[in-house]
Amino acid sequence: MIIDLERFLATERTCWTELENLLDRLEADPGRKLSLAQLRHFHELYERTAADLAKITTFSSEPQTRRYLENLVARAYGEIHETRQRQQRFSLKQWFTQELPRTFRKHVRAFWLSLGITLAGCAFGGLAILLDPSSKAVLMPFEHLQQDPAKRVADEENAQDDKLAGHKATFSAELMTHNTRISINTMALGMTYGFGTIVLLFYNGVTLGAVAADYLHAGQALFLFGWLLPHGVIEIPAILIAGQAGLVLAGALIGWGRRIPLRARLREVSRSLVTLIFGVGLLLTWAGFVESFLSQYHEPVIPYAVKIAFGVVELALLIFFLAKSGRTPKAAATAPSP
Amino acid sequence: MTTSTLQIRTPEGIVFSQEIAGPVTRFLAWMLDAVCVYAILYVLTLVLRLLSIFSDNLSTALQVLGFFVISIGYGIACEWYWRGQTVGKRLYRLRVVDAEGLRLHFSQIVLRNLLRAVDGLPLFYFLGGLVCWFTPKCQRLGDIAGNTLVIHQPELAEPNLDQLLAGKFNSLRAYPHLAARLRQLVAPGEAAIALQAVLRRDTFDAVSRVELFAELAGHFRAKVTFPAEATEGITDEQFIRNVVDVVYRSRVENKPAVTA
Repeated sequence: MIIDLERFLATERTCWTELENLLDRLEADPGRKLSLAQLRHFHELYERTAADLAKITTFSSEPQTRRYLENLVARAYGEIHETRQRQQRFSLKQWFTQELPRTFRKHVRAFWLSLGITLAGCAFGGLAILLDPSSKAVLMPFEHLQQDPAKRVADEENAQDDKLAGHKATFSAELMTHNTRISINTMALGMTYGFGTIVLLFYNGVTLGAVAADYLHAGQALFLFGWLLPHGVIEIPAILIAGQAGLVLAGALIGWGRRIPLRARLREVSRSLVTLIFGVGLLLTWAGFVESFLSQYHEPVIPYAVKIAFGVVELALLIFFLAKSGRTPKAAATAPSP
Repeated sequence: MTTSTLQIRTPEGIVFSQEIAGPVTRFLAWMLDAVCVYAILYVLTLVLRLLSIFSDNLSTALQVLGFFVISIGYGIACEWYWRGQTVGKRLYRLRVVDAEGLRLHFSQIVLRNLLRAVDGLPLFYFLGGLVCWFTPKCQRLGDIAGNTLVIHQPELAEPNLDQLLAGKFNSLRAYPHLAARLRQLVAPGEAAIALQAVLRRDTFDAVSRVELFAELAGHFRAKVTFPAEATEGITDEQFIRNVVDVVYRSRVENKPAVTA
């Protein structure tokens, strides 16, 4: 039997058009809420259109109408069977003060692992530079780090001119974009089952450890802390959080001890990954400003004590923010629901 | 590549399918997007250079930031605003969708775009293309992480039978019992071929058109034998149009007939 296509289209078209219009409105405004009656009607329209699709697939191979109905049913299916939390209107304040720190705490084990890998890299880099000073060019492939620390400190402290004068904003923008790109790569390399993320974190640690050991060994601890702390206390945790995101991604791929399919595991973490990487971008924007406008100025322009104090305050605020912000008060959490 | 369609069975038992886009089409769409990004950056650079009248430093800084934001954000912004499409994807009728047919979330779009960093390794999406080629649903690493697929969406339109058949005299309808038998014997697949031939008849060259309709008419004439007066004097193409009319429109029209 082949259905009477003309009559079929004439009788069902109003239902399809209504469903299409409703879907357009829902997709255009993700925050839109339907009343119970509207939801029931939406479901009826979906079921009727789905039945029409079954009918046209069985009784007529007319491809255009079938494709049209498939598209409509696919869109309605996505709306009706979606079980994830509906996307609310984005609030930057809520995201920053609640979602970001909560997500960080939810995956804090991955952060400790990220920190551990970086510290291992630091230890390796520090030992390597102390045992074999000639490895400096390999461990710290940056021109300004190749010279003797004591000489660099003397040069910086005796400098008459502002070497960044006229391009501080550009330097700042370059730092922000370069570090954010590295962080995105660190997260993205989680797709190599975490191998790429671990390599980048370790390598970052090696460079950091080598620089620290070189300056500490040369007796330039004050300069080192004054130079690195103002931006480093934000920049280094940001890279660690990017590593955390990469390890979370790798964990979802590997799925140790999880009996749910890969797709479901990845679906679980996707929002967290995006939250963490946007948080990293925000932290690195701040770090870029500080590094360009504060970190590069030393005594006698800015006393080391001020720079170190600034760094310590920043670190304390960051730790407080990540540990406490967005926490539900215990009383409210334990109160019985009405 | 082993599968070219995504088939989803709803809990109500309805199956719908979507055609998965191949790596070559996706690469062409990406190249088009790359041109768009380049064009946007070029315009942005020209505009920001004007700022150098006031501050060279600020102008360069904004160019650095603009390059970064646009190269990373172009795909995210377009795919979010156009529900899974960029300029390149729109032109090639491609769309990013959730791998399970559910609603596409912002986090999925961000993730699949950020993972271009890995898919692009070492050059020109070699790794992404390779993964895409060997995964059953043609997903690059970003698609796997974001739980997304890229599908090909053909132009969506309902068939307009009125344009082709309405109001025309149909000699086959003079024999309702034979027309009913024809409807009974024609399979949906055969009917669809005839309908498509009629709908697309103007796209064939003259010789192919005559040959195609002769072959189709031979096939349908063999199914039900209509009296000579119903088929004499009409071309094979007209015969097929009449067959399509009978098969797809079972009602007897009350409209005044016009000789075909």
